[in-house]
Amino acid sequence: MTRPIPLLLLGLLIAAPLSLLAGRVWLDPFAQPVPNALIILTELRMPRAVLALVLGAGLGAAGAAMQGYLRNPLADPGLFGIAPGAALGAVLSFWTGLAGTPWVLPLFALLGAGGAMALLGLIAGRTGSALLFTLAGMIIASLAGALMSLAISLSPTPFAMSEIVTWLMGALADRSWREVWFAAPLTLVGIALLLRAGRSLDALTLGEAAARSLGVDPRTLQWLMIAGVGLTVGAGVAAAGIIGFVGLIVPHLLRRTTDGRPSQLILPSALAGALLLLVADMLCRVLPLQSELRLGIALSLLGAPFFLALLLRMRKDLA
Amino acid sequence: MSIPAPTSVRVERSRDTARGISTSLDANGTLVCNSIELPGRLGGVSITLNQNEVTAICGPNGAGKSSLLTSLAGLVPLASGEVRLDGELMASLALDDRARRVGYLPQQAELAWDISVETLAGLGRLPWKLGAEADRAAIDRALGAMQLEDLRHRPLSKLSGGERARAMLARVLAGEPCWLLADEPLANLDLAHQIALLDHFRALAGQGLGVVLVLHDLAQAMNRTDRVVVLQQGRVVADGAPTEALSEAVIAKVWGVSARWLGEVGARALVV
Repeated sequence: MTRPIPLLLLGLLIAAPLSLLAGRVWLDPFAQPVPNALIILTELRMPRAVLALVLGAGLGAAGAAMQGYLRNPLADPGLFGIAPGAALGAVLSFWTGLAGTPWVLPLFALLGAGGAMALLGLIAGRTGSALLFTLAGMIIASLAGALMSLAISLSPTPFAMSEIVTWLMGALADRSWREVWFAAPLTLVGIALLLRAGRSLDALTLGEAAARSLGVDPRTLQWLMIAGVGLTVGAGVAAAGIIGFVGLIVPHLLRRTTDGRPSQLILPSALAGALLLLVADMLCRVLPLQSELRLGIALSLLGAPFFLALLLRMRKDLA
Repeated sequence: MSIPAPTSVRVERSRDTARGISTSLDANGTLVCNSIELPGRLGGVSITLNQNEVTAICGPNGAGKSSLLTSLAGLVPLASGEVRLDGELMASLALDDRARRVGYLPQQAELAWDISVETLAGLGRLPWKLGAEADRAAIDRALGAMQLEDLRHRPLSKLSGGERARAMLARVLAGEPCWLLADEPLANLDLAHQIALLDHFRALAGQGLGVVLVLHDLAQAMNRTDRVVVLQQGRVVADGAPTEALSEAVIAKVWGVSARWLGEVGARALVV
């Protein structure tokens, strides 16, 4: 068992300054200053780096908590239907042509996330059963997905359609401090709620009945999960579109470094998620492509083979 | 035998200091249910269980044994009736308080993550907030009582069935409850481990714990418990000393099997 937190902090300490320098325009602190270097640094690179750190932390923490809650190493924060809900909200803001107005897109996305959270609470409600919860999440996800496709197919102009499709791919390009100001507080509150759920998630290791006998109130836990995952994932989608796989990969890579209790996985996963998103976004910027690689696509390209490797290993364990 | 009688489980629990809740003296040490009902499962069960005793709940499949146990543990909302722990209404106890006093071992030993024996026992400390020192001491006592000290760092996936059952029990014991409710703790254990575990329950009861077990093996219930409650279709049909509650007449009536007890009291065998 190694202690991952100091290592991850060290990684962040190295990667964060590096990400401020790397990009289409390389800011070399020792060379002749590039024109507009200060503006590039403070208005483009810094909000982008902070946003990557915050969203990555949120996705990592949400993934770790989700896997603990559903007692399934393949669970992903997307399962609750909150991300599709937020995406639907954002799509509607494009559809109505209001997305260009400041704050409208994130507001719509957050409303979408809130709607998905409320629906989850309503459907699964009272029982506190994780199974019902998962099914409710799947229903919401497929409904939001269908409505999203409907909105795209009925989009008023081809321009709106291409805007929607591009946005859905998820990216941190051209994000400003505005996104940081709403996403950071929401995400941090969400992570705090998920950390609070840690003890109950540990008890849930023994199954729902044993967890209740250890004093866990399933309804309180469910509320913490809805709010925690809703805030982290909802704020993430509102700020950057859909970014998958971070919440799946990160807790998985770190599980072996902990004693196996879900509570011990949340904080390291937040740090590792932050690191992964920061580095992935940096790579997207420096890759010599015609147009910048979308972060959501990059992570999916990374995530799919990872998922496959995971399944193959599980298959070997089962055989 | 791999499980000797426990010497180190302390029953002098920090109960009263930790809880600070007054309990009515006359009702101390009892777990009472008054005509509890669960639709389709329990139809008006009233029993009074005492600490210092091993009580077996027996009955055919679907008789409501597990439902009665989870009701006694305060884990299911009752349609009517009430469960009282030391005179206090179970449903109105704070969740942590109830969890500290009533330990529950479910039938299926579910374990979502492959944790070590020591970490598993540590989960039993979740309702307590006495600090790491007290937790470590309680975990050590529980592992010692279950003779698991040498396996404490071993992951559960690397244990045999018997060791696993002991580890699961150590988790409950680490919580140092006043009551231990176990649902078919003997399932999947070989005969030697069954006997050892039952002896261990006896010893715990001797130290003041209230032990309630759902048992399928009528001979084990006959020979190694103090009291048997027989359920049929959600109702108590016999309740008392094993020799009375599990008489040949009761077995014939409830299980529909004509069987005879052979041998002396304490070492009886059921012959069908």
